Amino acid sequence: MSLRKVAVVGAGMTKFVRRAQETGKELAYEAAKMALDSCELKLDDVDGVALGTAPDAFDGVHMKGEYLSDGAGAWRKPFMRSYVGGGTGVFTPIQGWYHVASGLFDVCLVVCEEKMSSCQPHPQGAFLTIFDHTTERPLGPNLLWIFALEMNRYMHMHGLQKKDIALVSVKNKRNAADHPCALLGDPNITVEDVLNSEVLAWPVQRLDVSPVTDGAVALVLAAENVAKRITDKPVWIKGVGWALDTAYWTNRDLYYPKYVEYAARMAYEMAGIREPRKEIHIVEPYDPFDYKELHHLEGLLLADKGEAPRLTAEGVTARTGDMPVCPSGGLLGVGNPIAAAGLMKVAEIFWQLRGEAGKRQVPGKPVTGLAQAWGDLMQVGTVIILGIGG
Amino acid sequence: MSREVAIIGVGYSGFRALTPDVSYKELMYEAAVKAYDDAGVDPRRDIESFVTVAEDFTEGTSIFDEYVPDQLGAALKPVHTISGEGLHGFIAAYLQILTGAMDIVAVEGHSKASNILTPNDILAYAMDPIYNRPLRANPYFIAGLEMNRYLCETGTTREQCALVVAKNKHNALYNPTAAYGANIGVEDVLQSEMVSYPLSRMDMSLHADGAIVMVLASRERAEELSDSPIWITGVGWCNDSFSLETRDWSGAIYAAKAGEMAYRMAGIRSPWQELDLAEIDDTFSYKELQHMEALRLCRPGEAGPLTEDGATELGGELPVNPSGGSLGVGHLLDASGLARLLEVVLQLRGEAGQRQLPDVETGLAFGWRGLPTTSGAAVILNN
Amino acid sequence: MTSKIREFPGVGLREPDFAEKKVLFTEWKPNARYAWDAGVAIGRYLAELKEGHIIGVRCRRCRRTVVPPRIFCEWCFHPMDEWVYLEDHGVVNTFSICHVRWDMERVAEPLIPAVIEIAGASKGMGILHLLGEVDPKDVKIGMKVKAVWKPAAERIGAITDIQYFKPVK
Repeated sequence: MSLRKVAVVGAGMTKFVRRAQETGKELAYEAAKMALDSCELKLDDVDGVALGTAPDAFDGVHMKGEYLSDGAGAWRKPFMRSYVGGGTGVFTPIQGWYHVASGLFDVCLVVCEEKMSSCQPHPQGAFLTIFDHTTERPLGPNLLWIFALEMNRYMHMHGLQKKDIALVSVKNKRNAADHPCALLGDPNITVEDVLNSEVLAWPVQRLDVSPVTDGAVALVLAAENVAKRITDKPVWIKGVGWALDTAYWTNRDLYYPKYVEYAARMAYEMAGIREPRKEIHIVEPYDPFDYKELHHLEGLLLADKGEAPRLTAEGVTARTGDMPVCPSGGLLGVGNPIAAAGLMKVAEIFWQLRGEAGKRQVPGKPVTGLAQAWGDLMQVGTVIILGIGG
Repeated sequence: MSREVAIIGVGYSGFRALTPDVSYKELMYEAAVKAYDDAGVDPRRDIESFVTVAEDFTEGTSIFDEYVPDQLGAALKPVHTISGEGLHGFIAAYLQILTGAMDIVAVEGHSKASNILTPNDILAYAMDPIYNRPLRANPYFIAGLEMNRYLCETGTTREQCALVVAKNKHNALYNPTAAYGANIGVEDVLQSEMVSYPLSRMDMSLHADGAIVMVLASRERAEELSDSPIWITGVGWCNDSFSLETRDWSGAIYAAKAGEMAYRMAGIRSPWQELDLAEIDDTFSYKELQHMEALRLCRPGEAGPLTEDGATELGGELPVNPSGGSLGVGHLLDASGLARLLEVVLQLRGEAGQRQLPDVETGLAFGWRGLPTTSGAAVILNN
Repeated sequence: MTSKIREFPGVGLREPDFAEKKVLFTEWKPNARYAWDAGVAIGRYLAELKEGHIIGVRCRRCRRTVVPPRIFCEWCFHPMDEWVYLEDHGVVNTFSICHVRWDMERVAEPLIPAVIEIAGASKGMGILHLLGEVDPKDVKIGMKVKAVWKPAAERIGAITDIQYFKPVK
């Protein structure tokens, strides 16, 4: 059964800042307006709105999808909010995809917003409640624990050192220096800087981590015939995939993200991709911590297990390398407003494939790109594959 | 030509004021097992995607979707949360099958309202933090404002609203899953204490716990697996202005537009004539009347008199909320819309027991997300 | 497109903007409290912890014994077959040494969270808990550890009835 083709035809985003003056609604509006303007559409041209935003505890509003709905352009329109933790940013365009591919909509606005800074004294407080209320919360866990536990297991299983991993932070923060919206771009950061940074929860150090951020990103999706009228460079959604592993994370071996592999396989199959390492030209995996980029590259089957650090060290994943990874600067460099961060990666692939990424543009003529997000209790993988031409 | 999609299995657990013997996982598992057995599917093998409906602050857990896959048989499978009305989740499942990429998708919604110790505080937390919350008013004032405006504009009376309560609680007596069936009269409602004038305590539905799972399938799979697939012929959903300051206070525009979209898809022009039953959100008594009018079952101001005439009773021209609605069954938070849809499915299959309506072919379910939202979704089914 | 845009929206504020009252803001402290029904599986788990036992469940089809207990096997979707008492010692699967609280304030004594595979359960079946009576430098993946329980009179039926796990020789 051949699926209705859906393209990304416009994109917009706000700066990613530590604490925005704008309310969540305003952030959503700015990104949505920019996305519509970028393809010269008006709100009236939009048939439906898909919103993605992660814990309500950040913005400090229960049912925050409703609160954000008008900022996201959903006044008197069909509106739905999807939510899969950190995976949301890449899931929401998938949600937009099924809106349009269903045949019920021709144009769908996809908006992701996060205003983490509202949560005081520290947005990490919102993550205290991700743990099981009976078997885990009484132990006083914080978010850093699960990253540290996973990072330790990953390093242990592959005999890795911190310096192998710190290279990712350096690469991404340097890449981010060329992103106009970046919060933590730094053209001069070195591995030593990362290794000397404060140990938060060993093996996690301060510069291994992406910052708390506010921001919003939006995309405009359109069905094939409409897309071709709107732009001469539609970027097609070739494949989508998502998978959520068991909640019993302490029953899983954290060294390998099987759920990312499942999501990737689903997307590769839909896109007809048989040799991802050859056929994917740009990769934007989710990098809230530096080791996560490596962990995810392996889960995406773009590197053998334990081999992603070597690819990084050899420059394969640099912007000018054979397989550029996080040319945007990723979450480590641009910032991590959870849901918006994932959508930023999708927007990056969109801009890269159209040759519109300015100083971040990867050389050659990339045709196919992949963006992936991740979240929950080391649990969900969401993958989208975009392609230009054809 | 749109793909045809049917509901091939339903399962539910509840509905009761308290469910202290089971955790939410166990409640969901029970509903899922029943739904999958009804559908004749093995979730590990046959179901390709799962949609769950949940809100963090309703559960007391951030990123609640973390905790759903296991009890739905969805571990390592595509799962996502729709933070919306149960019917939004249902529609999300429907859309996935329409794309052609999937054939069998499950949707789940539940309520463990009994586990929320501070429900009004959490409701207040849903309000605009800058313009509305600082007023520190009990959030039910929003319903009071709306009810007052609705009564004023349409000439509907409090007595007519009270009749809705009496009708629905009476219907619930014939519904073994209902938590709040009772024989009460108009006077009982009119004399109950005011919560936020003109909304009295008995105009409000009480919460209940429960879980509902449904399995949807494309035509090919539905015909293989089910003897009585119930076909989805129309869906619609819409959000109106969230802001209290700019919303329409009497019209339920979200319902009007959701209904419009669903009727158009289903090819329905005269809903009152063409529908055989309607399960419509009645979180508050006046809501049933307001939604009836917004959904064009009748003109503004007519829903009250129609109720008085008995037209919406079990034996009436167009039974509304034969299940008992939220007023009779219990309000299941965001899963309420799925409870409305469940009744339509059971009626269309001839499985509604004592409250079975004769000769039913087409039914409408409409869910509203509740205060302080202007968000609703409609689904039309045919057998 | 980013190549064409000069100025992106979004105004970043800093701490002094608030301290110096250049920005107006409102505050709200949510009152969100819950009492979760433990249910059949976790209810039993907690009751057994009160008695000083760790209990798991077994799925015969999948041939695995897991902890924390659940009434269904998430792999084959069948109900679990039987309760199984487990040991109160195990092996460290992974750990961390945490020097900060959730609000990023440093703590004097680091906490050592760990996933501990419980003996008696299938391989890889662990629970989250803390390590204690150990120098952080000495913690290793693969280390054998044993639960240190609270005295019986202080146990209430909670995961904290185990204070922490300590290394065994």
